[in-house]
Formats: sequence, structure tokens, C-alpha cells
Amino acid sequence: MAKSIDVSDLNIYYGDFLAVEGVTIPIAAKSVTAFIGPSGCGKSSFLRSLNRMHEVIPGARVEGKIIIDGNDLYGAGTDPVAVRREIGMVFQRPNPFPTMSIYENVIAGMRLNAKRMKKSEADDAVEKSLRSANLWAEVEDRLRRPGSSLSGGQQQRLCIARAIAVEPQVLLMDEPCSALDPISTSAIEDLIHDLQHDYTIVIVTHNMQQAARVSETTAFFNLSAVGEPGRLVEYGSTTKIFSNPDNESTEAYISGRFG
Amino acid sequence: MASTLETQQPPAGAARSIHQRTLPRYAPAAVFGGCLVIGAVLTGFGLIGTVVLGTVIYLVVIYVLSRTVESSRKAADRVVTGLVTSAFVIALVPLVSVIYTVFSRGLPVLSATFFTSSMRNVVGEGGGVFHAIWGTVYITGMALVISVPIGILTAIYLVEYGRGWLPRQIRFLVDVMTGIPSIVAGLFAYALFVLIFGPGIRIGIGGAIALSVLMIPVVVRSTEEMLKLVPNELREAAYALGVPKWRTIVKVVLPTALAGIATGVTLSIARVIGETAPLLIILGITDSANFDPFSGRIATLPVFTYYEYIQPGVDGSGEGRAFGGALVLVLIVLVLNAVARLISYLFSPTKA
Repeated sequence: MAKSIDVSDLNIYYGDFLAVEGVTIPIAAKSVTAFIGPSGCGKSSFLRSLNRMHEVIPGARVEGKIIIDGNDLYGAGTDPVAVRREIGMVFQRPNPFPTMSIYENVIAGMRLNAKRMKKSEADDAVEKSLRSANLWAEVEDRLRRPGSSLSGGQQQRLCIARAIAVEPQVLLMDEPCSALDPISTSAIEDLIHDLQHDYTIVIVTHNMQQAARVSETTAFFNLSAVGEPGRLVEYGSTTKIFSNPDNESTEAYISGRFG
Repeated sequence: MASTLETQQPPAGAARSIHQRTLPRYAPAAVFGGCLVIGAVLTGFGLIGTVVLGTVIYLVVIYVLSRTVESSRKAADRVVTGLVTSAFVIALVPLVSVIYTVFSRGLPVLSATFFTSSMRNVVGEGGGVFHAIWGTVYITGMALVISVPIGILTAIYLVEYGRGWLPRQIRFLVDVMTGIPSIVAGLFAYALFVLIFGPGIRIGIGGAIALSVLMIPVVVRSTEEMLKLVPNELREAAYALGVPKWRTIVKVVLPTALAGIATGVTLSIARVIGETAPLLIILGITDSANFDPFSGRIATLPVFTYYEYIQPGVDGSGEGRAFGGALVLVLIVLVLNAVARLISYLFSPTKA
């Protein structure tokens, strides 16, 4: 069910401001790709452009091509709503729906789209998603409690369960662990390891050890100066990027000698 | 309290001390009591004069005392505390006075007959507000039915869809509408129905429309503020699940903001339920209950109160009924405020 993504010559604009320039990168199916780089270099903007969440912001637009399994993501007939059903997203801060219980949060993707499902189907979907998100054991006896009653790390795993309940092809994660403690982080990293057998995962992270631990491919973004657009400096297998990068600035960033 | 007045000597070599002499806790109360006595003596024991003069003397005395014993910062603090408390008490005076008057003069009038009979064929004693209560309830109800959909949909447009100059203009016009004097809203509704039915028209739906003109801006503004409070992250979470925008608004944004919207709507009812001027024009007054909102005069509580007071009847018993009507109106508003609190408690999304 996982799909590969081919990005070529992508420019991202906020109004007239060119935020990211000329990104070309293939993203392999059923693998984890990590985006690293300093703040403001356009990693998150690029990630959001992969499921057309970018254009939710007024004035934001994209030039270039993103091909997913032969379909042009920004083609004339492409429905952004349908795109987002195939390409799920987990955000930096956990954002469970406050009006819904844990149970309702997990199947929110179906319920909000008014998909009719039997009680047993819904129960199965909830259990399956929560098990995949490593959360089932902790919440199985309190599924009717509000989602906001969980701890931060549990809420983030609930959001992952919610994202995978709709069975997307690709899962985008925008710094999913930046608000979490090391134990929750490790739980989510284990989860990413498990999920990569079924999903194409793209993760933005500021934590380089995390990129090294979870990803097979790493892409380094950078910007030459403040106000200049961000660029993709290089990408390659995580082992290579972390041990023997081609670009000097990549090495400087990874070894902490940056700026 | 002597210990608090002791001077703490700073240890040798320390440039500054964190200790400071302070007035005892009872000092402000004691000084204020003393000043009241002085004020009473100086003004010859008049209530208002005593309080006003006593307060002024208190502010001066506490400043000098605190400045001498404590510090200039503490002195300023005590004076400002006194000023703020005075402002609070002054603001409370009309509220307490109104509630006291309405209750003390309205309560004796309330009886079963008062609630169950209209003013039909009543010239002296007796009669009641039945017709006016029902008039108020269903005129306000109709205004609610007109205003809530328009107001909430406008707010949704402003927050979720509006881009560019149109929402700015709408927001400006809504602000202007908030400031429309209620008599103008009444004249608008009256003029509208005169154009349709001819001069001298009295019609219930007209009253509802006049009240809607006053209610819509309140509903729009309060709903808009509540929708703005819904975190963008929730909208993005829904979009990321492939939920279309309108479903996101209906199933995520509105439920999250429901408590605030319901409170705003309830308060907007409280705002218009006591309107007299527009209803005086378009509804007039009648002695009988009229259940047909599309024909004829309808009595409402505020207009009833007004007419009972200026035309108290042959034996002057209307004045009592006026206070009774006012009391019923105050009680309705109190109940609405309680309902607003209950709603915001029940629908609040953080409720575990």
C-alpha cells in the first residue's frame, strides 16, 4: 500500500516570498526519510507541500512537480482532500480533538467523512490502530475518556493512531517528538520502526540522533543567508550523510560546527 | 502586631535589606473607621457626606502614614487600592439600588393571579402580566430564530472563508450595527411593514425583526471571537485526515466553540429582552393575550411596565403592576444568565 514520491524542481512561495527553491528528491516507498536542517530552512514547508497542507495558509503556493505513483499531486484534476486521505500527517504538537473521546478520536477520519461503519468494524479499526500506535494497552480500559485526558506522549501516539486509522499510503511527521520527553520519544521511534514495513514515512526532526536512529535516507536542508530561500543541500543514505557527506556544510551541521 | 513594626537592622556590610517595616494588617480598616467618624462629625452625620468625606480623609491619612512608616511604593499601593475599591463601590451602588427597589416593590404584587391573568377588562385592582410574558417570550423567541442562523453563518464566513476587502467591510458594518440606537431599529421595522401593509400597522413579526437588528451584531461578534479561539491545529488535524473544509467546520470547529457560542447567544437574548422603544413603536400595547404574531398588537413586559407606570388606572394600582412586571423581567434575565453559565459548563470541551 505504500507509495513512492518523486519531487522535481519544487519552489514554495508565501505570497511573493520564495521560501524553498529548487528541491528535487525521490522518496522511496516503505522506508523512512528524515529531513534535517536549521530552523527556517523550509523543511516543514516542504513536508506540508507533500500533502497539499501548505495551501491551507492564505497566499501560499507551489511551483514544480510532485509525482506520487504516476499521479501529479498538483495536476489540474487533483483534489487536495483526496490527496490528504492518501497522505496522512502528524504534527509537531499533539492535537487530539477536544470534543471527542479517545475512541472517537481514533476513528475521527472515518466519522468526520460520514463513512458508514458497523459498531464491530469501528471497534476493530480502533483496536488495530491503537495497537499499531503502541497505545492500546495503556488506554483499552478508558476509551470513552476525552482524548485530552492523556499525557503529552500518549496524545501524540493517539494522533498517530488517528492518522493511520484512515490507512494512508504515506505518513508525514513534522517534528513529532519535539514536545515529548525521552521515554515517549523512544516509544514513538519504536513505532516508526514498526510502521515503516507498511508505510512510506517522511519525518522532519531537529534531533540528529533521532534522524540517525530511525531513517534510511536523510536529506539536509539549508539556507545560505537569512531572507534567502531554503534549498536541499544533499540527500543520501543515512549512513553516508552521517559518516561521509559530500557537502562541507552538511558535515559542519551534523558535527555541530554550524554557523 | 508589635513585631511587625520592629525595625530589622540590616546585617553589617549589607547595602540593602529585604526587610521593611510594615503597617499591621488591621491598619487600613482601623484608619478607615476613624476617618468615617471624623467625616460624620464634620458633615453632621449625613450618610452620603460621611462616606464621601471619610473616604477622602482616609486616602490622605493612609498615604501619609504609609509613607512615614513603610515606603513611598507601599504608600502609592495603598492609595491606589483605596481608589480602585471606591470605584468598585460606586459602580455597585446603582445595581444594588435597582435590585433592592424592584424586589421590595415588586415582590408584594406577585401572586398566582398576577401570572395567570391578562389586563383584559381590568380597570382597577387585579390583572396580571400573563399576556406580556407570552408576548415577550415568543417575540424574543422569533427574534432568536431569525438572528442565530444569520449571526452564526456570518461569523463562520468572517472567520473561515472571508479573504480580502469584503470581510473587512462586513466587520465594520457589524460594528456600526452594534451601535444602532434601539429606537432606530424599531423605526426600521415599522417603516418596513408600513411599506408592505400601510400606515398604522402593528404586527408581532415586526417586533421580532426589530429585535433581530439588535441581536445579530451581538451574535456575530461573540461567535466570531469564539471561532477565533479554536486552535488552527485542530482544523489542520482534520484537513490532514482528508476531511473537507465544510465538514471540518461543522464537526470540529463548531462543537469545540459550542459552549462559547451558546453563552454569547444567551447573553444576546438578555441584551434585547428588555428593549422597550422598538417594541413600543411596532407592537404597541394591548390588554389581551394575542397569540398571532402576524396580526395585531402584542403586549410585552417592558412596554407593559412602561404603560402601567404612566397610566396607572383609576385607583393607581398600575404602579404596583409596573414594578411586578419589572421584577418578572429582571428574574427572566437572571435565569438567562444562569442558563448561560450552565450551558458553558455542560458543553465545555475540557470537561473530563
